[in-house]
Amino acid sequence: MLDALLVMALGAIVLGAALGYAAVRFRVEGDPLVEKIDAILPQTQCGQCGFPGCKPYAQAIAKGEAEINQCPPGGEEGIHKLADLLGREFKPLSAEHGVEKPKAVALIDEQTCIGCTLCIQACPVDAIVGAAKQMHTVIADQCTGCELCLPPCPVNCITMEPIPESVENWKWKYPVVKIVPASKVAA
Amino acid sequence: MNVVQKLFGFHGGVKPNYNKEASTRLPIAAAPAPTRLVIPLHQSIGGPPRPLVKAGDRVLKGQRIGDADGDVSSAVHASTSGTVIGVEMRLMPHTSGLSAMCVVIEPDGRDEWVERKPFDFRAATPTATRDYLRDAGVVGLGGAVFPSHLKLNAGKQGRLDTLVLNGAECEPFITCDDVLMRERADPLLRGAAIMREMLEASRVLVGIEDNKPEAIAALEAAAKRANDASIQIVAVPTRYPAGGAKQLIRALTGIEVPHGERSTDYGVQCFNVGTAYAIYEAIELGQPLISRIVTVAGNVGQARNYQVLFGTSMRDLVALCSPLPDTDRIIMGGPMMGFRMPSDDVPVVKATNCVLVGSQKLFPPPPPEMPCIRCGECAKVCPADLQPFEMYWFARARIFGKAQEYHLFDCIECGCCAYVCPSRIPLVDYYRFAKSEIWAREVEKEAADEARDRYEFRLLREEREKQEKAAKLAAKTAAGREKAAAALAEAEKPARTPEEEAKHALIAAALERAKAQKDQVHPENTGNLTPEQQAEIAAIEARRAEIREQAKPHLRQDD
Amino acid sequence: MNNSPYFLQPASVQSVMLRVLLALIPGIAVYVWFFGAAILVQIALASVTALLAEAAMLKLRGKPVMMFLADGSALVTAWLIALTFPPIAPWWLTVVGVLAAIVIAKHLYGGLGQNPFNPAMVAFALMIVAYPSLMSQWPAVGFTEFLPQWQAIFGPRQLDAITMATPLDALRTALHTADARATVAGVLGSSASFGNIGGKGWEWVAAGYCVGGIYLLQQRIITWHMPAAFLATLFVISGGFALYDPTRFVGPSFHLFTGGAMLGAFFIVTDPVSGCTTPRGKLIFAAGIGLLTWIIRTFGAYPDGIAFAVLLMNIAAPLIDMNTQPPVFGHKRKAGGRP
Repeated sequence: MLDALLVMALGAIVLGAALGYAAVRFRVEGDPLVEKIDAILPQTQCGQCGFPGCKPYAQAIAKGEAEINQCPPGGEEGIHKLADLLGREFKPLSAEHGVEKPKAVALIDEQTCIGCTLCIQACPVDAIVGAAKQMHTVIADQCTGCELCLPPCPVNCITMEPIPESVENWKWKYPVVKIVPASKVAA
Repeated sequence: MNVVQKLFGFHGGVKPNYNKEASTRLPIAAAPAPTRLVIPLHQSIGGPPRPLVKAGDRVLKGQRIGDADGDVSSAVHASTSGTVIGVEMRLMPHTSGLSAMCVVIEPDGRDEWVERKPFDFRAATPTATRDYLRDAGVVGLGGAVFPSHLKLNAGKQGRLDTLVLNGAECEPFITCDDVLMRERADPLLRGAAIMREMLEASRVLVGIEDNKPEAIAALEAAAKRANDASIQIVAVPTRYPAGGAKQLIRALTGIEVPHGERSTDYGVQCFNVGTAYAIYEAIELGQPLISRIVTVAGNVGQARNYQVLFGTSMRDLVALCSPLPDTDRIIMGGPMMGFRMPSDDVPVVKATNCVLVGSQKLFPPPPPEMPCIRCGECAKVCPADLQPFEMYWFARARIFGKAQEYHLFDCIECGCCAYVCPSRIPLVDYYRFAKSEIWAREVEKEAADEARDRYEFRLLREEREKQEKAAKLAAKTAAGREKAAAALAEAEKPARTPEEEAKHALIAAALERAKAQKDQVHPENTGNLTPEQQAEIAAIEARRAEIREQAKPHLRQDD
Repeated sequence: MNNSPYFLQPASVQSVMLRVLLALIPGIAVYVWFFGAAILVQIALASVTALLAEAAMLKLRGKPVMMFLADGSALVTAWLIALTFPPIAPWWLTVVGVLAAIVIAKHLYGGLGQNPFNPAMVAFALMIVAYPSLMSQWPAVGFTEFLPQWQAIFGPRQLDAITMATPLDALRTALHTADARATVAGVLGSSASFGNIGGKGWEWVAAGYCVGGIYLLQQRIITWHMPAAFLATLFVISGGFALYDPTRFVGPSFHLFTGGAMLGAFFIVTDPVSGCTTPRGKLIFAAGIGLLTWIIRTFGAYPDGIAFAVLLMNIAAPLIDMNTQPPVFGHKRKAGGRP
C-alpha cells in the first residue's frame, strides 16, 4: 500500500518536474493560436463580431472570451474551420451579430458626394481615396465590404454593390447527386 | 535516312468510339460570312484585352479591335470589314451562361483587308517577334488558347531539344487538325520551321495518331518537299488522350513534365498543328488570327469542317450541316472534354475546335449515380497516374486540402475516369467543382491577406499620427510654459534698473491715455436721449429679457 | 443535363457483380457433384435472405430500393456466405449469418461501397465464434443423398452418417490434440477425407473456383496482384515450414487446395470495397492475408483462418493504401525529365 503510494507520488514528482522543465525550455514565444485564428477570419475588419477588428476577435476567441459564431462575413464555412481548429462544437451563426451576405463592395455615388472625408476616416483598410471638398471614390479591389463607411456618410451616397458573377469568377457547382425516390422507382 | 522514332507511351487511356469518318469525307469549306459578328474580347488565357473601337466605327478585316492587356494576354481582330454596332455584354460560349464584353460588327460584305505585310522575324529581335505575335492574336488552337508568344521562349537553356507538334487529335468526332494536315501540310510545316528557328530547337516531332494515315502521308510528303531533315512525322498509337500535351510529350520523348512546371525546362515545347499554321499566316502572310477550322459533327445530316470567322454564331454554322430534328444541345469541343453551350446563339471563338451537335439518342443521359465501390477502374485508365476515386471521396466531402494532397491539380480533366466508372459517377464534375472552389479560396485568401496588411498599416499610421499630434501638443504646451515661466521670472525680478523704470512709466502713461480716450467716446445713438426715449429703451430691454427667459428651456432642448 | 464526358463505357456495378456470380458457377457445379445439392439450398436461402434484408435496409435508409437491389452486390455476399458455411448447417445459421453481413457489416456502415470489412467474412467470423460446432459439421465426400441433407438443414437433424471433419480440421485436431507422436504423413494417410492434393473432393471444388478466378482476370474485374500475392505467400511460407519439418507442417499443395484458399484468393481477398486499391498495396494486403491465414491455420484454434486474416487486413487497408500511393505523372523522379 505504502509502496504503491510512494511509487505514484514519485511518478507525479518526476513527471511534473519534466513537464515544468519542458514548459520553460520549449516555451513558444508569441501566440501562434491567435495567428491561426486570424488566418481563418476574413479580414473584413467590420466589427460585427463586437470587437474592433479581426485580430482582437481572434485574441478574444483564443482566450475563450468570445464564441466562434460571431463573424457574419466568415459565414458557416468560417465557423466550421474555427470549430475544427479549436476542437469546439459547430454553432450556427449568431443572429445578433448579423447574417451572411453575398460579398459586396461599397460604391460612392459621385454626383451626391460632398467630400466630407468621414467615410475615408471610417474605412479600416484605407480603400477610399479623396480629399476634403473633393469627390471620394472606393478602390473596389481593396474594399472588404465591411459597410463601416455607410453610417458616417451625411448624404447617404454610399451603396453596397454585390460583386457580379462573371466568366472569370464563375465556379463549377457541386454535382447534384440524383437519387430517385424509392416510391417512384418501385412504381 | 529516316530514323525510327522510339515511342514511350503513357499510362492508362481509353478507346472510345472515334466517329471521325463522317466529317472527313468532304474538304474544308469556307463558312459564309454571317450578317452579324459577335467577337468576344477575351478569347485567350490571361488578361482581357481593352477595346480599341466604339459603336459607329468602321473596321477593316484584320483590324485590331482589342489590345492585349499586358504581356499575358492576346489581341483580338475584326474578322471582316464592316461597322461596329456596339461594344457590349453578350452571351459567351461558356458553360456558365454568363455574358462578357464583345465587339458586335455588322459586316459590309466587302471583306476589305487592312494592309498586310509579312513580318521579317529573322531581322527582328525575339522580343519584337513575340510582341508581333501577341498583337496578331496568335493563341494555342488545341483548345487551351494559351498565348503562343509566351510559349515561343526557349526558357533557361536558351535553346530547345525538341519541338513537338500535336496532331494527335484524340477526341472523338473532332477532325479539324486532321483535315488541316491533309490539305495545308506545306504551310503548316513552314510555320513549324519558324517556331523551330525561334526556339532554336534541334528537331521537330509531329505526333499524329495512327488512325489518320492520310494526314501522316500528307505531312511526310510535305516534309520531303521541305527537305528539312530535322522534321519527323511520328505515328502514335490511337488511344485517348494521346493528344494531351503532356501525354504526347511523354509518348514521343519519354519526358514527363510535372504539373506547374515549364516544359521548356525539360528541353521540349509542344504546339498544336493549328497553331503552327496560324503562326505561318501571321509571319509570312501578315494576317492576324481571325478564323479557324471548326468541325461540325454529331447529330447532323452532313458533318464537315469549315473555315469559320471568329464571331460567327454557332447557330448559323450548325445550320450549314442540316442538324437533325431531335437536336437538344450544342457542345463546344468533343464528347469527352467539351462544354455544353448555354444557347446555340453563341459565337465561334479561338477555342472552338468543334461544334458538336447532340441529342438524347447520341449522348444518352447517364444512368443514376451509384456509390463508388473502389473497383480501381478509374486509376487504371488515368493518364496522369492519379487515384481518381480517392480525389472523388475528398472532393465530395469538400475536404479540398486532402484532394490536393492526392494531386487534384495534376488532373487534366480528360474524362477517362468517368468514362469507365461502373457506378457512373460524374467524377470530372467533382474535380471541376473542387478546383474552382480551391481557386476561389486562394483569391479570397490573398484578398484577406492584403486587407490584413492594409488594416495593420492603418493602425500603425493612426498610432504614428497620434504620437505626432501628442508631440506637437507637448511642444506647444512646452512653449507656453516657457513663456509663463519667463513672465514669472520677470515679475519676480526684485529691482528694475532706472531706465527700465522710466520705460515702464512711459508705457503706463500711454495706456492711461488710451483708456481715457476710450471712455470719452460714447456710442452716438444712445447719447443725448429724451426721457421718453430712455423709458422706451428700458421697456424693450425688459421684453427682451422676458423672451430670453422663455426661450431658455427650448434652447436647452435643442442643445 | 450532365457535363462532359458525354460518352460512357457500357459498364455498371450490376454487370461487374453478375460476372462475379457467373465466375462462381464452376466451383458450385463441382461442389454439387461431390457433396450433393445441399449447397444449392443454402445458396437459395442466403440469396432470398440477403435480398429481403437489403430491401428492408434500403427502405429504412430512404434509398431507392430497386436500383440498389438490382446491383447484385447483396447476391455476391450471399453466395460467398453460402459457399463458406457448411452446406449442411441448419437454415437459421445461414440466415443469421446473412443478416449480420447485410445489416451490420454493410448497411450500418453506410451501404454499398462504404463497408470497411468484408461482409461475408464478418458473417463467417461471427458465426464460427458463436457456433463453433455447427460451423464445423461438413458433409462427407460422396454422400450426395438429398433427404438427409435437407433434414440437416431444416430438421430433424441426424448428422452422424453424413458429416465428416474437413481435411483442415482433421489435420489440426490430430496434430494438436491427439498424441504428440502424430505426424502429417500419418494423419494424411489415415483419414478418409484427404485426397491427392488437398482434401478429397475439396481439391476439385478449389479447382473450380480457380477456373472462375481466371475468368475474372480475363474480364479485368480483378487484377493479378491479389490472388498471386495471396497464393504465393501461402505457398512460400507453408513450403518453407514443410521443408523445415515435414512431420509437423503440411505442404503448400494441401494449403492451396483445401479450405477456402482458392475461393479466398479470387473472390474474397479481391473484394475492392474493403481491400487495398493501389497495385503495391494490393500485393501487401494479399500477402498479409496469406501469412495470417497460414498462422491461424497452423497455430490457431479455428479450422480455417481466411476470415480472420481478411478482417485483420481490412483494418490495415487504408493505412497500406496511404503509404503505397503510386507516383503521379511527372512526380516519378525527383528531377523529372527523362526515364
